Amino acid sequence: MDYGFWIDLALDIVSAGFVITGAVFVLAGAIGVIRLPDFYTRMHAAGVTDTLGAEMIVIGLMIQGGLSLITVKLALLGVFVFLTSPTATHAVANAAYKSGLKPLLTRYRPHAGSDDGGAA
Amino acid sequence: MASRLFYGVLLALVLAVLWLLLSGYWFKPLLVGFGVFAVIVALVATARMGLLDGESVPFARLPQYLKYWGWLGAEIFKANIAVVRIAMAPDLNIKPVMTRVAVTAKSDMARTTYANSITLTPGTVTVEVEETGFLVHALTEEFADQDAFRDMERRSIEAVEGKKALEKPRGEA
Repeated sequence: MDYGFWIDLALDIVSAGFVITGAVFVLAGAIGVIRLPDFYTRMHAAGVTDTLGAEMIVIGLMIQGGLSLITVKLALLGVFVFLTSPTATHAVANAAYKSGLKPLLTRYRPHAGSDDGGAA
Repeated sequence: MASRLFYGVLLALVLAVLWLLLSGYWFKPLLVGFGVFAVIVALVATARMGLLDGESVPFARLPQYLKYWGWLGAEIFKANIAVVRIAMAPDLNIKPVMTRVAVTAKSDMARTTYANSITLTPGTVTVEVEETGFLVHALTEEFADQDAFRDMERRSIEAVEGKKALEKPRGEA
């Protein structure tokens, strides 16, 4: 009995699962960026894209790479994204805050009650 | 002096392994020679800048960092789900808050790790870094949980400075 084919198939399915889940999170982050009201809240949605989205795609690709140098490079890539993306996010947030952009701090609920847009 | 030698050797080792893994040229003498040259140049530059210490060469604490990253990864996963649920809800309902979080960590490395961990977790972003606290923007009040922040700081101090740093009495804040 040759198990190689089934192992490859299983790895492909797991890897595809990770990549697709990552892509769904990237899409959810993008939709969040459009739906949320102001700069600071949109930043939170963008954070979904570069944490779970990016890392799950990298993990999926690592499974595709198998035991090779490509997997090592992808792992390093994941670590670098993990270390640099918060620094970039903080730099952008801090620049907005320093230049006087006031965050929205009241309740935002555009569809409350009526179905014609409500408070917005 | 001895500690500088230790960190120098450690840095050389990590750079050499990184070069070999990224290039994949294990058996070509000329290219490996270039790699050795590159490691020596990087080492000399680091030594001349006086950066051979535990902060620039944190690899001795890799196990503690990996443990912390594992915990942080789980936290990020949970926070991601929460943010996506809020952002995708048909009835969008948020109330963003700005909150001040106390910081007691002494070393720059622990403070940076803590601030970056807050930013990395979706739903909270460190907007401003001050002497005794961070100004954090949170998507809703649930994300601005002071106890969760304190737990995160305790863990980042433990990862960066070791368990002993937690037992010492802390000064202000």
